[in-house]
Amino acid sequence: MPDLLIELFSEEIPARMQARAAEDLKKKVTDGMVEAGLTYAHARAYATPRRLVLAVEDVLERSPDLKEERKGPRVDAPEKAIEGFLRGVGLTKDQLEVRDEKKGQVYFAMIQTPGREASAIIAEVLEATIRNFPWPKSMRWGAGSLRWVRPLHSIICLMTREDGSEVVDLDIDGIKSGRSTRGHRFMGGDAFEVNNFDDYVAKLKKAKVVLDPAERADTIWHDATNMAFAQGLEVVEDNGLLAEVAGLVEWPVVLMGEIGADFLNLPAEVLQTSMKEHQKFFSVKNPKTGRIEKFVTVANIETRDNGATILAGNQKVLAARLSDAKFFWENDLRTAKAGMDTWVDGLGNVTFHNKLGSQKQRIERIVAMAGELAAVTGADAEAAQTAARIAKADLQSEMVYEFPELQGLMGRYYAEAAGYDAAVAAVCQEHYSPLGPSDDVPTAPLSVTVALADKLDTLTGFWAIDEKPTGSKDPFALRRAALGVIRLILENDLRVSLSSLLSAAGEAKDDLLSFFFDRLKVYLKDQGIRHDVIDACLAMDGADDLTLLVKRAKALSDVLGTEDGVNLVQGYKRAANILTQAEEKDGVEYSFGADPKFAEVDEERALFDVLTATSPAIAADLKAEDFAGAMGKMAALRAPVDAFFEAVQVNTENQTVRRNRLNLLSQIRQTVGQVADLGRIEG
Amino acid sequence: MSGTTEKPRSFQEIILRLQNYWGQQGCAVLQPYDMEVGAGTFHPATTLRSLGSKPWAAAYVQPSRRPTDGRYGENPNRLQHYYQYQVLIKPSPANLQELYLGSLAAIGIDMDLHDIRFVEDDWESPTLGAWGLGWEVWCDGMEVSQFTYFQQVGGHDCHPVSGELTYGLERLAMYVLGIDHVMDMPYSDPDSPIPLKYGDVFQQTEQEYSRWNFDVADTDVLLRHFEEAEAECARILAEPHVDPKTGKRIIMAHPAYDQTIKASHIFNLLDARGVISVTERQAYIGRVRALAKMCADAFVQTEAGGYTPEDAA
Repeated sequence: MPDLLIELFSEEIPARMQARAAEDLKKKVTDGMVEAGLTYAHARAYATPRRLVLAVEDVLERSPDLKEERKGPRVDAPEKAIEGFLRGVGLTKDQLEVRDEKKGQVYFAMIQTPGREASAIIAEVLEATIRNFPWPKSMRWGAGSLRWVRPLHSIICLMTREDGSEVVDLDIDGIKSGRSTRGHRFMGGDAFEVNNFDDYVAKLKKAKVVLDPAERADTIWHDATNMAFAQGLEVVEDNGLLAEVAGLVEWPVVLMGEIGADFLNLPAEVLQTSMKEHQKFFSVKNPKTGRIEKFVTVANIETRDNGATILAGNQKVLAARLSDAKFFWENDLRTAKAGMDTWVDGLGNVTFHNKLGSQKQRIERIVAMAGELAAVTGADAEAAQTAARIAKADLQSEMVYEFPELQGLMGRYYAEAAGYDAAVAAVCQEHYSPLGPSDDVPTAPLSVTVALADKLDTLTGFWAIDEKPTGSKDPFALRRAALGVIRLILENDLRVSLSSLLSAAGEAKDDLLSFFFDRLKVYLKDQGIRHDVIDACLAMDGADDLTLLVKRAKALSDVLGTEDGVNLVQGYKRAANILTQAEEKDGVEYSFGADPKFAEVDEERALFDVLTATSPAIAADLKAEDFAGAMGKMAALRAPVDAFFEAVQVNTENQTVRRNRLNLLSQIRQTVGQVADLGRIEG
Repeated sequence: MSGTTEKPRSFQEIILRLQNYWGQQGCAVLQPYDMEVGAGTFHPATTLRSLGSKPWAAAYVQPSRRPTDGRYGENPNRLQHYYQYQVLIKPSPANLQELYLGSLAAIGIDMDLHDIRFVEDDWESPTLGAWGLGWEVWCDGMEVSQFTYFQQVGGHDCHPVSGELTYGLERLAMYVLGIDHVMDMPYSDPDSPIPLKYGDVFQQTEQEYSRWNFDVADTDVLLRHFEEAEAECARILAEPHVDPKTGKRIIMAHPAYDQTIKASHIFNLLDARGVISVTERQAYIGRVRALAKMCADAFVQTEAGGYTPEDAA
């Protein structure tokens, strides 16, 4: 069976789009083929900066013939209905079959779709693929109207068989398919023709193009690490950068260069960020000192001077970049050592949000809140306020202006330089955390304090001005902030009424609190706790103490995993139902006064005994917030409760006995409902 | 492709070679536009001529001003006044990349020794309501040009598409000449009887303008000029298409566009003076963009913009 080779040769495709585009090419073409009945054994796609390539093995020569039978109207149906059917199936009346059915004679159409040549199908599918390609951004060029990521120059579309190969003819806005392509832009020589995939790969390599991005990445990593190792150094791993660099070259040539001695004292993160963001360099570290001492760059060309000119040029550009960074660093250090005040004041000119004032005003609010929160987090209040005041000062630094991704980290360096305590300086970096569900949560009390104050200010502020997330829109990352608050509280075991921290939201406070509970449900669901379990716990007093709430929820969730737990809930619900009905009917509340002396049967007495015996122990557990212990003891009530219901008719004739039993049920409801409102448990 | 070209010896020689090269490739070698602009793109030979259906091929040097980049002539690469070399060809030819590489060879860059790369860089000008896709071109890790296929200008889809090349002349020349500080770069031939360096020509003006841009320019006057330019642009375009004096159809797209350029530059000056807040910034950019759109709308109604008398029928 034949193989298929497709190459779409264009001007430089952005590195970040290549991998996805190769996969899209494969999916679109193979899906289209299969839909047309053209199956295949195996397909693989590749990308270089200038080409997308698809190789498909063992394609059918033709799609199979298709037969389809379609039932039409009855023979005596109105002429119009029959005409409509004929139009639909594309046949004439004499081509129809008449069959006897229960309801009379009915027309049947036998539609035969003969199989088609693979080349015809592929030409159609490839044209549709090119015309509708899902590029994140595409463009037109010249006088044409075709869209591609950058101008498309040539197309190879080749069916290859053991005895030769044939071009699948295709003409897309004047670009005709063929078997010819080009190699490397500078080292590749003239255009050449190919006969099949292996021939293509081999000729490309001769023309200085490595087709497979994985192979280019391997070469880069292998050569870079070897070069570093030879000098006792190591390359700082960065897979994102590796993939990007592999997408910038067709023929990787790894070069290692020096970072000027003047720059070696810059913070490692500054060197690394500057080299990566601006130059796409890898950092090379000295494992003994931990310092970044060299860089690796990847060129796209072999030169007669072995890259000397290229390396010299790159070093020069790097020096210019790092001079800037050094200039920023030294200026910033001067400002920092003078106390960071100009930065803090400068934040007064930066708008946080036009309805929420400047960054400086925001910081003042965070400072105030940090002071209050210190009692909750166990941090020193004064230190917390100091830390809050400088936590965002680095936003005004020149380095962070240039490299926004270094915010926080630079603040820490500068705060240390300004002579602040290390724990205070750390707040600059840590108060942004956690940034996502998997990001680490700070544990140092000062950092926890300011991190909480920061996020709570954001949330209450945006709630107060009614800028809440809707659907998929959350431009101020408020869901993330709420999750941050939740994780900060839970993972640090903080005990606080969340509601009392939200007063800045004004009238929207209750709405914000329920937003928190929604986020909490999402968060706990990921940990396997059902939403009805959380609802049951939310119904209890003091549910806005999240730490307590989650303790309850975990205990309940665990006990619901046992048979005793499930049955206890059933028993509770049964007791509660009977009670509710009786209370409605009688118009009274049965809440106390159950007395064992009115007990008539053993099971009833046994329940009295066990309730009396267990209640103090449960109360003690609850007082100690040992909800697991309390739930365990409640679960032990399951057997006597079941036995009681088995043996006893609550609504008996004797009103004294009935009242007594109802009061006993009330005692069960009260005892068992102390961890959560079990009535809200589903099932 | 590798040039046997000798290395140029001065800034002006690099400019002359680019002029020669693009002239030989069939571009009309235009002169700079006689107004203050922030980039070569603002020249009507690019902004307006990229609109409409008429073919176009032009190349020119454009002195450009970016007041906020002033460093009193002390920074090795940053200037508030600098030169861009601009090429615009419509429709973009299929071999535009090769033509571009030819221009690098023409100024003495040996493709066999250097690492030339086309790195994704999408271009957008919020003030011109324009965007395009293309690359920044790297030579040994340094950005030496912007290469853009215009998709939209002044809110109009570009049909056909223009290919635009922009060279930052100082940076490119410093690289080719091996100079570390722009002020040290030979402007004229070092062997001339009176050799001038870039600094001899521009050191003092950089100082003067840096001081004026940052601290002295009268912001009240500038704010007023901005409003006036804005009003004048609208007024010009509101005039009837037929000139009552000559009886001819004369749409004044270029005079109106001059006012757009003016407003844009005044905005840059106000920005350098630090009197525009972050929120106001967006509003000002929006106002300039509105002017640019009006001019684009007007230009496509003119003959140079592809209008034919039949269009009126």
